Amino acid sequence: MAEWFADFKTDFIICFVEKNRWKFIVNGLGNTLKITLFALILGIAIGVIVAVVRSTWDKNGADMRRGFGRGLLRFFNGICKIYLTVIRGTPVVVQLMIMYYVIFAASDNGVLVAAIAFGINSGAYVAEIVRSGIMSVDEGQFEAGRSLGFNYIQTMRYIIVPQAFKVVLPALANEFITLLKETSVAGYVAVKDLTKGADIIRGATYQTFMPLMAVAIVYLVMVMFFTWLVGKLERRLRSNER
Amino acid sequence: MSDNILIQVEDVKKYYNGEKIKALDGVSADIKKGEVVVVIGPSGSGKSTFLRCLNLLEAPTSGRILFDGTDITDPRTNINNHRQHMGMVFQHFNLFPNMTILKNLTLAPIKLRKKSKEEAEKEALALLGRVGLEDRANAYSSQLSGGQKQRIAIVRALCMNPEVMLFDEPTSALDPEMVGEVLDVMKQLAREGMTMVVVTHEMGFAREVGSRVIFMDEGRIVEEGTPSEIFDSPKSDRLKSFLAKIL
Repeated sequence: MAEWFADFKTDFIICFVEKNRWKFIVNGLGNTLKITLFALILGIAIGVIVAVVRSTWDKNGADMRRGFGRGLLRFFNGICKIYLTVIRGTPVVVQLMIMYYVIFAASDNGVLVAAIAFGINSGAYVAEIVRSGIMSVDEGQFEAGRSLGFNYIQTMRYIIVPQAFKVVLPALANEFITLLKETSVAGYVAVKDLTKGADIIRGATYQTFMPLMAVAIVYLVMVMFFTWLVGKLERRLRSNER
Repeated sequence: MSDNILIQVEDVKKYYNGEKIKALDGVSADIKKGEVVVVIGPSGSGKSTFLRCLNLLEAPTSGRILFDGTDITDPRTNINNHRQHMGMVFQHFNLFPNMTILKNLTLAPIKLRKKSKEEAEKEALALLGRVGLEDRANAYSSQLSGGQKQRIAIVRALCMNPEVMLFDEPTSALDPEMVGEVLDVMKQLAREGMTMVVVTHEMGFAREVGSRVIFMDEGRIVEEGTPSEIFDSPKSDRLKSFLAKIL
């Protein structure tokens, strides 16, 4: 047993202490959080817009007066549908590589490109979550808003979307947790995220167990923390309604 | 056209599914300023559709609706501006559950009338006081009874200082013991000279407050007149049999 501990200590020093290798983990974690946070914001922005366009078309497209407005809405709805199909129909690693090697080939800011790629990817999933939330808000809420004189966009903004958000907040939080773990493939395009940090240590020290376990634990702790936070949030939302 | 007419409905039709369902089949009516028009009729007679056409929550298939002389069925008319002057009260209240009562009342005045928060809140509280609910300003709608919710919904519409109030079966979703408190608020409004169009099953209210009663069936106006003409000496057989069943 004492021997095992001694080995563990030696390995630990090789992996994290020597040459300040712990910095790969800490800096990687920083990049992972940066990518996740930026992607989350971008994803929610895209998701809400797509969800509003899609649900507007689904609810009103059939009875709208034929004309410019309907044509425009139909066009945007078509674009949103293509976006959802393409993004949800291809692996995120492929999207990431297309972003990095094709679309933003001139950029050397890997973290930003990864954040944009994950944001666009996440937007598709957020859109469907928010759309289900919008559809779940009672039609009477919408009529009440319109009868007061709010136009369609104002009704969405002040009345429907805040209520929809409340309904889907737990689902959105889960999407955030999924996103956090998904960013671990950012290393594919030379981004030094948390996973890549462990990989660099593995390559430099020929140690496999220690660095990989370490990042696994870091991910697990983060996910457990956010899951706990989501649970707390859900309980608070529920108590507000009573 | 007389200056006195606030809403003029001209041969309005509303069809669903092509022409299969005729919710409104050629309805014309004038609503004068200060009048309380009560619309009665069996369910499915089109009375709610008629009311919802007045502020274009339902777009008529054909016909015209003039509000204050403006054709609001014209696509070039900005209906949102006109809706600000037409308060509406729904059967199911439709209060915003995620906001406090005060926020419910002040949202539209602040965002649409560009009132300051203080001014809007002061007016809202004054109106709340008139329905006896100023102490519930910071409550959420889920904490209120049905009758309280409906009184708040009336106040929410009044906060926009409308020229006409549209009531879509305002007491149908209430427990019987709460109907009275809502009708009292509506009676008070009527006495103050508010123009009102009320779809209801409350025949007592129609008789007491209505300046005119419209009886609808199968998407048409079958008979209209003063409450005593409608209730005491109905002419059409359809109205007679309707009254026989409900009175």
